[in-house]
Amino acid sequence: MKKQDFVVRFAGEGGQGVVTSAEGLAQAMAQSGYNVQTFSTFPSQIRGGPTWTQTRVATSKVHSSGDYLDVLVAFNEYAYINHKDDVSPDGVVVYNSGEFSIDDSEHVLGMDFDDLAKQTGNNRAANFVVMGALSQLVGLPLKVLEEFNRQRYTRGRDSDQQIIDSNNMALSLGSQEASQSGFTLGELENPDTNDHEQILVNGNLAVCLGATAAGLDTFIGYPISPATPILLWMQQNLVGPGKFVYQSTSEIESITSIIGAGYAGKKAMTSTAGPGFSLMGEGLGLAWMAEIPLVVVNVQRGGPSTGLPTKTEQSDLLTALYPGHGDVKLPVIAPGTVEECFYAGAMAVNWAERYQGPVVLLSEMAMAERRQNIPKPSINDLLIDERNIYDGDNGYHRYDGYELSPMPIPGGPGSYVANGSEHDAMGDTTHLPARHIQMTERRFSKLSLLNDGTYESDNEDAEILIVPWGGSKGPAYEAYEQLKKDKVDIGWMYTMYIHPMPEKMLEILRSKKLVVVPELNYMGQYSSVLRSDSINAVSITQYTGLPFKVNSLVEKIKALI
Amino acid sequence: MTLKNPEYDFKWCPGCGDFGVRRGLEGAFEKYIVENEHPVENSVVVAGIGCSGNMVHMLEKHQPFGIHGIHGRSLPIAMGIKMGNPDLNVVVVAGDGDFLGIGAEHIAPQAMRNLNITAIVMDNGVYGLTKGQSSPTTDLGVITSSTPYGKMEEKTHPLRSYMTMGVSFIASVISNKVKDMSDMMFQAMNHQGFSIVHVQSPCTEYNNTYEALKGSKSKGIDPLAYTIPEGHDPEDAQAAQDLVDADGIPVGIIYKDTSRPTFDQKLSQTTGSKSMKTVEDFMGQYSI
Repeated sequence: MKKQDFVVRFAGEGGQGVVTSAEGLAQAMAQSGYNVQTFSTFPSQIRGGPTWTQTRVATSKVHSSGDYLDVLVAFNEYAYINHKDDVSPDGVVVYNSGEFSIDDSEHVLGMDFDDLAKQTGNNRAANFVVMGALSQLVGLPLKVLEEFNRQRYTRGRDSDQQIIDSNNMALSLGSQEASQSGFTLGELENPDTNDHEQILVNGNLAVCLGATAAGLDTFIGYPISPATPILLWMQQNLVGPGKFVYQSTSEIESITSIIGAGYAGKKAMTSTAGPGFSLMGEGLGLAWMAEIPLVVVNVQRGGPSTGLPTKTEQSDLLTALYPGHGDVKLPVIAPGTVEECFYAGAMAVNWAERYQGPVVLLSEMAMAERRQNIPKPSINDLLIDERNIYDGDNGYHRYDGYELSPMPIPGGPGSYVANGSEHDAMGDTTHLPARHIQMTERRFSKLSLLNDGTYESDNEDAEILIVPWGGSKGPAYEAYEQLKKDKVDIGWMYTMYIHPMPEKMLEILRSKKLVVVPELNYMGQYSSVLRSDSINAVSITQYTGLPFKVNSLVEKIKALI
Repeated sequence: MTLKNPEYDFKWCPGCGDFGVRRGLEGAFEKYIVENEHPVENSVVVAGIGCSGNMVHMLEKHQPFGIHGIHGRSLPIAMGIKMGNPDLNVVVVAGDGDFLGIGAEHIAPQAMRNLNITAIVMDNGVYGLTKGQSSPTTDLGVITSSTPYGKMEEKTHPLRSYMTMGVSFIASVISNKVKDMSDMMFQAMNHQGFSIVHVQSPCTEYNNTYEALKGSKSKGIDPLAYTIPEGHDPEDAQAAQDLVDADGIPVGIIYKDTSRPTFDQKLSQTTGSKSMKTVEDFMGQYSI
């Protein structure tokens, strides 16, 4: 039987082409119609340090980056020692024999990556040597990789052709080496046909596309891993009259300047990670209090403090919901897949405009950096919210009543004071108890406008449900499928709309005997939120800086129920 | 909005310098509205926290838009507003604690950008609203509630700082000179770039400096404040530097640089002049 699925991990040092190899393989395979997903983790430095990336290639849709390796490509001995235990029993280790040697000859293929690269005249072609070997191992035609090489290095420079030729030579040298070894992993099945046009993006990029599709005008951000690519994409692409993208001097400046932009009528966004999000707390309180639309994207990394800047975690949920002092609970959308990142980007902008307040989009490092093929979103089917703007006479009471009211925009009628102090209907400061009651209730009542969140479910009549959130969705879904195969009576429910949660889903969860929440944090943050909503929820936690593995999740769920 | 608004429950103390600043600002807005044919809704007052921040609620004539934000952050809020709509006349009102203490990190970046807004700084050398703690402009050794054994650090020199940072319009005045102040604020609003009108606005409760500023013949006190000599050319950077380096409080327009483009002009000349791709086109770049 042909293979349906294979997982390759490239492990070495930063700067050795580990990332290019994984992404190159992913892109080439995606172009041939396969479903791909990458995963990367690096040290917090530019050159050197242990780095690894992984590519999973499958004939049908995949949900996680895979537990066990069919191929480990080890660029040095350290990488081999650290990753060899993840190689599946019939997997292969391809290693750089110019660097070190391995005694076991059955499942290893030694190649001198650097020497082979030198033969092409391009010392940097080692990653193409490796890709050539891989194509031989899984029976992938070389021309697919040659086409990827041509596209990637056609950059309008004089040296283009020389690089392309040497990389092609590297591909065939790698392929020959592998073929002489006699190794094969078995041929890969042809891919299922995707009935929808696909695009290859990562989570950060998908958020950018979604927010742009929703009509984003202003983006102000400060560089921070792993959110920087969002700022860079915006700088490059959100241009033209009325658009403003800018690198601020701090996250405090980011949040307060997008408050200004939102107040002035713009659809405004910033992106950051944990440390920057902490600095934004006071500003988010102001936006909530003064009713100013804006979106903050928090691409979670490991915390607290500087924590693990280049690792993944889901430990900012509580701070996303409650970023500031006082009675505040922000709307939070936490996408669980690269595809959802697009819709979360659009919906976060929509929600902010609709309820006139701040919205948090909670992403995660592993998803933000993961490249994956997703169905191309249909822009025409996207509903775009426009702000309810005041167009009456002057003398308007902007904060009248207990519900949302039209928002005046400077330059137009209805001047008022947008106030972070408790205020009266015109926005002037007051301390009257009746006003604080009215305004507090008004701010919370507006959340009921965010009632279009959706959820997915399977076997929802079961007494016990698995309810992951965010990027743990993929491994949790594969674990759920495994449990179903194992005849465990368990159901599945998921939403990216953390707050407000779809009303119907809340009702169902409250009726369940047990809700199991796999999440990447120590405190069990989402289950504590669910328990505060009268749901009997319990977490399966992991805090390694890495995503869940499907098999360990299956074991833990079985042990729990 | 005080006269129209019975719920508003904040008052400045009798004799507070900020009353004069209010009259100055109201006058400047009046003039700006008439001479620039600019409806009042095109002006926005951005306030921080402190006695000064209440200015946004106290204006009694034409009502501009206002935003009363958080402590120290009025400048970046103003940047978001101005870059969101460059046609607006954006005026920051702040105190010395708000502007030069907690908010100090935001001055230099706006000066570098030459953000086209006006900041009115009400300097009373003390934290008034929290009842008399030391501020960046409190003198060395002064005893306040937070410096019971005397203030340990030298005071900052705001005008020198503004010059060093590259603020492109700098004026200095005392709050009792309402007409002069109004005129300076009007010129600051019309200046193309980042303008600061720094007002000595004494706190009668915790740091009454009226006498020191204006002097007293009977007590033999020479005034700290003096009118800038008529021959001073604000476009002469060296002359301006000499003024801020000298002792005393100059009253008048110290410095004015009209050669630099504003931040919004630079935006419209660079990214603002490009045409943006459609989302469909962007996605085309990633299709496989």
